[in-house]
Amino acid sequence: MSELEKFRREARDWIIENCPATLRDGETGIESICWGGDKWVFTSSAQKHWLECCREKGWTVPTWPKEYGGAGLSSAEGKVIEEEMSSLDARLPLYNMGIVMLGPVLLKYGTHEQKLMHLPEIASGKVRWCQGYSEPNAGSDLASLNAKCEDIGDAWLINGQKTWTSSADKADWIFVLVRGDNSVPKHQGINFLLLPVDCVGITPRPIELISGKSPFCEVFFEDVKVPKEYGENCPSMVGDEGRGWEVATYLLKFERGGLAGLRDKDVDLVGQAVQVYGIDNNGRLKNGVFRSKLVKSRINEATFEAASGFLRGAKGDDGAMSSVMKYYGSQLIQREFEIRMDLGGSSALELQSDAEGELSQKWLYSRAYTIFGGTSEIQLNILSKRVLKLPGK
Amino acid sequence: MTLQLNEEQMMLKEAANGWLQDHAGVPMFRKMRKSGSVFSDEIWRDMAGMGWCGLLVEEKFGGSDFGFVGAGIVAEEMGKSLTISPFISTAVIGATAIGRWGSESMRVEWLPKIVEGSVKLALATDEAVKHNPLSISCAAERDGSHFVLNGSKTFVADGQFADQFIVSVRTSGNETDAQGVTLFLVDAKAGGLSRRPMRTLDARDTAHVKFENVRVSSGTIIGKLDMGAPILEALLSLGRAVLAAEMVGAATQSFDLSVEYLKVREQFGRIIGTFQALQHRAAQMYVDLTMASSIAYRALLDLDINSESAGNTSSIAKAKCGEVALSIANESIQLHGGVGMTDEYDVGLYFKRIRVAQEQYGDYDFLTDMIASSGGY
Repeated sequence: MSELEKFRREARDWIIENCPATLRDGETGIESICWGGDKWVFTSSAQKHWLECCREKGWTVPTWPKEYGGAGLSSAEGKVIEEEMSSLDARLPLYNMGIVMLGPVLLKYGTHEQKLMHLPEIASGKVRWCQGYSEPNAGSDLASLNAKCEDIGDAWLINGQKTWTSSADKADWIFVLVRGDNSVPKHQGINFLLLPVDCVGITPRPIELISGKSPFCEVFFEDVKVPKEYGENCPSMVGDEGRGWEVATYLLKFERGGLAGLRDKDVDLVGQAVQVYGIDNNGRLKNGVFRSKLVKSRINEATFEAASGFLRGAKGDDGAMSSVMKYYGSQLIQREFEIRMDLGGSSALELQSDAEGELSQKWLYSRAYTIFGGTSEIQLNILSKRVLKLPGK
Repeated sequence: MTLQLNEEQMMLKEAANGWLQDHAGVPMFRKMRKSGSVFSDEIWRDMAGMGWCGLLVEEKFGGSDFGFVGAGIVAEEMGKSLTISPFISTAVIGATAIGRWGSESMRVEWLPKIVEGSVKLALATDEAVKHNPLSISCAAERDGSHFVLNGSKTFVADGQFADQFIVSVRTSGNETDAQGVTLFLVDAKAGGLSRRPMRTLDARDTAHVKFENVRVSSGTIIGKLDMGAPILEALLSLGRAVLAAEMVGAATQSFDLSVEYLKVREQFGRIIGTFQALQHRAAQMYVDLTMASSIAYRALLDLDINSESAGNTSSIAKAKCGEVALSIANESIQLHGGVGMTDEYDVGLYFKRIRVAQEQYGDYDFLTDMIASSGGY
């Protein structure tokens, strides 16, 4: 048996021993996950226990170095843990933007002291991060962002507005893109800053969507003072001054990768379809048009799953694959919700009818999938430029 | 990116790519098409010499037992270079039919010949204009230790030059019964067997094959009498998965040619590849192609590990790859504009090959109907 197979067996045994049975239900939905942070209220003692077990072992972030709260495992071993948790239907112990996005960025661009300050608190679930990227006038054209960052000696002075900031009202810290220099081309002059959300002058306000309540917030910055250093060799800025765009785009790669995976747990579409339309003597759905739609959607899902599987098994990623998956996966999710709405019929359209009301909200919200994290059009731009090398103007 | 190939597979891919481009690429296709004969025995024996005909044959019969992913790799490269060969008919379907379900004497007789490229097999299943493999009217009546075959088959890939046919025949029951189907291995020279060329759009030597009182011994049965339907299904699955890979190859080449064209063609004083309307279409094609490749190799892997779902995955792969390849072939011509319609440009050749491959072993409509039915709806 290879070392890795031995590790797989040990990992499996450990998960079986430590993951509470109630969390072995394969749930991956937003509501089922522990997001961590100072304001987090555990939904069960099992959730708390599972987080503590994994934190102890460094398995909330297995591939991070031990000194930063990880287990110092290889990416192959990290993948094994992921695969075993998934095959055992174990929920993730902890999931948030610190783990998925900021962590990898700090590991690449942070100083040792920055890593020491932030990574262990992300790993343990003590600090929850949010992302201050988009602005009202900087959506797809993110690099045109305009939140001001002035140098006032030993601190930065921030003024401006961010929007589409997920969970700004629940997070403890925010990583934010701000403009330090207006006199240079737009991709230069951007800074990447780390600051606590409870700084004086920061006001988050939740945004209501067509689907109702949402995790998104607007965040207003009014004369917010951010110290340049949180300690020796531990600046509040990641990367060099004016080089924030490079850091920002490196992070986006992880955001896109993460988004493609947000799926609802298996829904028995076939069972529902049989109930709604009935089956003819040859075992086919009586509505052939719907049947074609359903089978097409399922073929595309199987295809996406195949691609996801190979992506997980891949050694490196050039970023192009995350655009492919985001583009395809987001549309797939939308199709799926459209089909579920079709099957729900009028009951799915009734306001506040319990079970189906939830579906219509999800369907409404699913329109956001092709917008956030870089719209579908932006993904196509990325692919045509970076992969196909098609010329600019 | 799709399946990450291991070192052995990567070597096979590079070898196939290099050799096919040099010896069996588009210029060769054009030359042979002009001369009227598109199949070359010499090229086939060279391919056998490189071990491609033994990829799915056990080592004791001279093969390498490399597996279906390997076969898919070769097929994909053949798709790119538009190579004409009975690779799928013989080295994939034929070799597996005999290797897995043939009698010991059949295996001893035929497998070494398949490996060395001295015999070409073809699968004869279709009887009507649309693929419907379990609706069989071709019939065989027992006559002592022999059977007498009557009926006809159509759209037989590589049927014009095959030496042996694998023929699905009804030996009992009614036309659409699952029981009562038998597979026979029939010599192309058998008395009463005749074939007519059915030169397809892609210039291949497909055939109509007719059986008039063809006498075959019971020793030519592949599998068991009356129990051929599941074997036929399995063989078609292999054909579908490997053909899906070939279509991915053809679509990839067609796509690459189109992207190159976008980079050189000027209109309105600009390279047309600078227009976002065209860039986005190219990028969408890239996404689709990546997905198609993923499901094709998923199916091939499932076949290699003998997964229970391999048949279904192969159907999904063929349906998806056919859909994507055809759409890319269409788009490739559109992106080329007028020259895309000329015989001089290669995109039209890929268009024709993809259209024929899309029909082979079941088109999108057939396969999706089957996928839905096996999914219980």
